[in-house]
Amino acid sequence: MDTSSDTAFFLGVTVVKVVVILWVLLTATAYLTWLERKVVAHIQSRWGPYRVGPHGLLQPLADGLKFLFKEDIVPADADRVIYWLAPFIAFTLAFLAIAVIPFGGSFSFHGHVIPFQITDLDVGLLFVLAVTSLGVYSIALAGWSSNSKYPLFGGLRSSAQMISYELSLGLALIGVLMITGTLSLRGIVEYQQQHGMWNIFKQPVGFLVYFTAAIAETNRVPFDLPEGETELVGGYHTEYSSFKFAMFFIAEYANMVTVSCVATLLFFGGWLGPLFGPPWLRTWLPVFWFCFKVFCFLFFYIWLRGTLPRFRYDQLMAFGWKVLLPVALLNILVTGAVVAASS
Amino acid sequence: MAVTLEKVPGQEERLILSMGPQHPSTHGVLRLVLELDGETVVRSVYDIGYLHTGFEKSFEDKTYSQCITLTDRMDYLSPLSNNLGFCLAVEKLLNLEVPPKAQWIRVLLTELTRIASHLVWLGTHAIDIGAMSVFLYCFREREEILRLFEMVSGQRMMTSYFRIGGLALEPPLGWLKRLGKIVETLPSRIDENEDLLTRNPIWMRRTQGVGVISAEDAIALSLSGPSLRGSGVSWDVRKNEPYSGYDKFQFNVPTRPEGDVYARYLVRLAEMRESIKIVKQAMEGLPEGPIRANAPHVVMPDRESMKTSIEALIYHFKIVTEGFHPPVGEVYQTIESPRGELGFYIVSDGSPKPYRCHVRAPSFANLQSLAKMIEGRLIADVVACIGSIDVVLGEIDR
Repeated sequence: MDTSSDTAFFLGVTVVKVVVILWVLLTATAYLTWLERKVVAHIQSRWGPYRVGPHGLLQPLADGLKFLFKEDIVPADADRVIYWLAPFIAFTLAFLAIAVIPFGGSFSFHGHVIPFQITDLDVGLLFVLAVTSLGVYSIALAGWSSNSKYPLFGGLRSSAQMISYELSLGLALIGVLMITGTLSLRGIVEYQQQHGMWNIFKQPVGFLVYFTAAIAETNRVPFDLPEGETELVGGYHTEYSSFKFAMFFIAEYANMVTVSCVATLLFFGGWLGPLFGPPWLRTWLPVFWFCFKVFCFLFFYIWLRGTLPRFRYDQLMAFGWKVLLPVALLNILVTGAVVAASS
Repeated sequence: MAVTLEKVPGQEERLILSMGPQHPSTHGVLRLVLELDGETVVRSVYDIGYLHTGFEKSFEDKTYSQCITLTDRMDYLSPLSNNLGFCLAVEKLLNLEVPPKAQWIRVLLTELTRIASHLVWLGTHAIDIGAMSVFLYCFREREEILRLFEMVSGQRMMTSYFRIGGLALEPPLGWLKRLGKIVETLPSRIDENEDLLTRNPIWMRRTQGVGVISAEDAIALSLSGPSLRGSGVSWDVRKNEPYSGYDKFQFNVPTRPEGDVYARYLVRLAEMRESIKIVKQAMEGLPEGPIRANAPHVVMPDRESMKTSIEALIYHFKIVTEGFHPPVGEVYQTIESPRGELGFYIVSDGSPKPYRCHVRAPSFANLQSLAKMIEGRLIADVVACIGSIDVVLGEIDR
């Protein structure tokens, strides 16, 4: 087989993968809103969406249509260009990170081995971190360009919060990197496979710090101050309406998926899990395990929302800098000592 | 003219923020104007009146019996307490003795009102601080109590069940049984909510040491009710100036010395438990007898006697078409509403309509303390403080 047709095949497969993953992710985020509403509703002893389709299953579609047909209001004196740009930045970045996430081993197709991943970047983890940390721009710009006081507060709070927690988030992952010695997400999972043990058992502290910081990073309860509804009305997206508002929401949910994916890959063995049955099942079971683990994280997110009150802004910053960051540093120190001693 | 704050010269970088009247946590239509240095409140000023209804003026155009329906709508979260306050004031004016059974049922129902009102407070206070589920749990419990109100009065919220001289109707059959069931389950339901909050570290951080009001300040600002008792002052009209037979019930007046949001939270929770105790006592010791005073010129006759007695028919006609004529004079009666000291001041000129009726609304007086509580604190604390004094705007604007 000559190289040009090889390249064409590779491109074709990649395009198909991009389309499929984008479709799956969009659907998943849409149904995540449904899941959230349902789970929180049941926690609160009510029914949640029930009218649109059986058990409200068509609710995400109805919501999407509603967003499309709502009037798109731009506040007077808003910085129009940036006001338009902000939701697009949020949306694009949220979906970009998923490109390097592997969600299974690989499968053969006409003699080609095709991995369950759009692209396996050597510095996959760095890419994810870079992309997610850019997300703060969309929130800061949205808050600023709305030319309104509540969004401004939301934007400022959010910038400070995300930058503070970004530090702990990154540092929490360093422990894993020191053990596995690779930045490739696929490599990290393969390391866990070789050693027959998930990283959570080696890095429990790292995981806890990561997960806490990730909740703050995605602006979820109990760290949902940027949009703390009862204080800041809607936070940075107070002035947004119609589909631009929806884009912020989709981005938030997509970010939840991303951080859950990273947690699964780094600490919970990614797609590793018991395999059985015929070969086709052995190919697809890892994908199932991966999705299942991600689902568990997402469920936990929603569960938190149904349970906890909200931190205050200064307490949140104090917690990030005075608790999470030292713990993350200490974790690195201990991990480093252990790694050095064992080598 | 809307209230505003002017920027202080030399401090132009400070932000003037209008909070409300459309804001998720100003409990209705309260508007605050805050001067902010970063997120810290430097000064604040209130803007009330968005729910002005002119109730006090309307009183002057209604007969005493008709006025009861207005009182429901002032503090719409505790209609029966308002009914009671007004009825007691008019009864004082008429020098009317209410039969014990009616008194007992009044106590029972106002204590249930206190629980229902505190449940709404707990739910909204919790959701202001971000604990969303508590809100829905509280409304579930409250709904049970509202069903009881519906059984006795036909209405969930605008009950108007108390009448001058007694009650509108006998409670229906099976009501006490249902009440008993609810009273049995309520303590565990309150515990459930407490489990989610009282020892929750986030909740404690958000409420402890926030919005502190000392006992002296509390008295100087004429705070009353749970907000006063949260500052360590043991003052409860039910104990200090008993009305409607409260002196015959055993209950404690919970207080906390700290004076912060957390203290007010604990006081209200303890109060709900005390109210359950009172309800139980009232249920067990419910006396037999009539539910209306023997005062034919004031109290409507029952249907049966109207068919047999000409006097009853005449009184009925007089009361319905004209009302009754209380003696000339003025009267002031306070009760302990869920929010604090609720007072009715009525001036009578001998006509069937009040010459003037002024309401000492606890929310109105309590709101004064907010500026003191939030001075130098963060926006998030403003929300916690508003929740902790439990204001109802219908009562403030009247």
